[in-house]
Amino acid sequence: MSARVLVGVKRVIDYAVKIRVKPDRTGVVTDGVKHSMNPFCEIAVEEAVKLKEKKLVKEVVAVSCGPQQVQETIRTALAMGADRGIHVEVSGKDYETLGPLQVSKIFAALAKKEQADLIILGKQAIDDDCNQTGQMTAALLDWPQGTFASEVTLEADKLKVVREIDGGLETIKINLPAVVTADLRLNTPRYATLPNIMKAKKKKITNVKPADLGVDVSSRLEVLKVEKLKEAGRI
Amino acid sequence: MAAAMALVRGVRFGSYSIGRSRSLIFNSLQRRGIAACVDPSIGLTDEQKEFQKVAFDFAANEMAPHMAEWDQKEIFPVEAMRKAAQLGFGGIYVNPDVGGSGLSRLDTSIIFEALSTGCVSTTAYISIHNMCAWMIDTFGNNEQREKFCPDLCSMQKFASYCLTEPGSGSDAASLLTSAKLQGDHYILNGSKAFISGGGDTDVYVVMCRTGEKGPKGISCVVVEKGTAGLSFGKKEKKVGWNSQPTRAVIFEDCAVPVTNRLGAEGEGFSIAMKGLNGGRINIASCSLGAAHASVLLARDHMCVRKQFGETLSNSQFLQFKLAEMATKLVASRLLVRQAAVALQEGRPDAVSLCSMAKLFVTDECFAICNQALQIHGGYGYLKDYAVQQYVRDIRVHQILEGNDFFCLIHVSEMQWFSKLSWSSPALSPSSNTPDSIRQLIIETLRPEVSQKR
Repeated sequence: MSARVLVGVKRVIDYAVKIRVKPDRTGVVTDGVKHSMNPFCEIAVEEAVKLKEKKLVKEVVAVSCGPQQVQETIRTALAMGADRGIHVEVSGKDYETLGPLQVSKIFAALAKKEQADLIILGKQAIDDDCNQTGQMTAALLDWPQGTFASEVTLEADKLKVVREIDGGLETIKINLPAVVTADLRLNTPRYATLPNIMKAKKKKITNVKPADLGVDVSSRLEVLKVEKLKEAGRI
Repeated sequence: MAAAMALVRGVRFGSYSIGRSRSLIFNSLQRRGIAACVDPSIGLTDEQKEFQKVAFDFAANEMAPHMAEWDQKEIFPVEAMRKAAQLGFGGIYVNPDVGGSGLSRLDTSIIFEALSTGCVSTTAYISIHNMCAWMIDTFGNNEQREKFCPDLCSMQKFASYCLTEPGSGSDAASLLTSAKLQGDHYILNGSKAFISGGGDTDVYVVMCRTGEKGPKGISCVVVEKGTAGLSFGKKEKKVGWNSQPTRAVIFEDCAVPVTNRLGAEGEGFSIAMKGLNGGRINIASCSLGAAHASVLLARDHMCVRKQFGETLSNSQFLQFKLAEMATKLVASRLLVRQAAVALQEGRPDAVSLCSMAKLFVTDECFAICNQALQIHGGYGYLKDYAVQQYVRDIRVHQILEGNDFFCLIHVSEMQWFSKLSWSSPALSPSSNTPDSIRQLIIETLRPEVSQKR
């Protein structure tokens, strides 16, 4: 199969870190704080690599949007088994206001440019909990979507997706090309092995600017304030 | 969201029985949001940070949940170690052409430091196994490397390092286990003591006497389990390091093919000492991991425990104590990493740095873990709390692979020799320094002894 899979990976504050709000209440403290790959993105990468190991897809491309530091996250994806990476350079103010709408436009443009057959994303990011990028990307491309996937099976050029919904499990069959978003129980991400981490150094990461893809990353949203929740429920 | 995240990790754990206190400890080990100053990833390259991340993740998910059980039930965790080997931890500084990962000594130190936070005893055994695999890789010929290394790197087979005997610990060169040449076999007679993994491991790297007295008469042979004449003593009951069995290894007319000898006859002592240089860095790294975990546990306990109407974290004395512990931890870490780099580069000061690192770091880290236990108060003494296991497990690091007292001699000898000539191989510490000269050095450098003269 000559399919190419695009996997989105987001660099977020590590889930184990205690989050602190900035004193000026415009956001959370990110300087010097440990960052890592969004856990749902890890699950997405694992699924893509599994498909490649089953020889159902030919190439896995890891994509991340952000400043220089996101290259670490792309390297982690490469160490897990992705073939190459694409770093979409967004920095400074643009990065602070980067949201699902802009990212989904970037992914849609990349999918056309790279002629991808499948896009796998995490269902949501643990920093903003938006749960929008996958759905928006599918809409922009007019592709079918299988969100909250807990099982994905490739059958010829159709995708059978078992989705975790409020009522239980829903199984759908969608045509390729499609967008899938990974839920918790889709798989257990592998540890990168030492040899793979070293091989990842040699894999290529190409740099791209949003303007090259014809995407405008300016935001129509403005964050007014970010506050810490008062502790709930203490008697 | 936090609950979902705990679940993501939970999917990886399998089952573990926990009292509420244990889950607190486990969660605090999980919480890697560390104060910037003691963050062990400072100053590392991106690649080293990746290695460290894998090791930390593995330690938190595959080792830490079982660390207490392995200790109490004295389980040798073969499956967990084989999983570690699949990630490349079975032969970290062994050449890739025989299945190793081909990394540097510094990378190795970083990995063992991270793994040790999950279980010191198991990590220490993995480091001994790595040392043996390296010795065969470096000093063995191609047949030996291809015969033993792939299985060791994948941990299909486990290894033990056999140097110490009941009568020779620090005075290793006086070992008595004899190996008499008979045809194309050496016949081994003697016994080794305190062998980590002894009885449960498959490959024994044995230092034995093929020639005259002293270090020059010692050779290194590889003995496989199941060889006739190889038997084991009873499993020792230890204060710590309980996830690895320790037994005497006994040779009674044990025939070992000459083709199993590493290097030439008489090179065994030098091979053993070179193995130990790296071994000292590895053991020191294991101590670092335990100290790091203990500092975090102490800090978390201080945030929770209240006395005199406020949490312990408000006590200035304890804040200063924690700051001292953190300072010593970072100082230790820097010394070990420097020693690792020196060894990797083959610098002349490498051997003394390794001894200094082992000496300083094992002592300081034990003090840190001990202090952390003290901060826990009575709870620190309960086996429900992990800190006591760190204390018990790293106590032995001050003793083996170069007893602290011996390291002092080693380092002071280095100081003496450096004034003469480093390049002279005759003066190199791993060569056969005649006992008389060694005695002279010690007397010169220890004033109380020379005063008596």
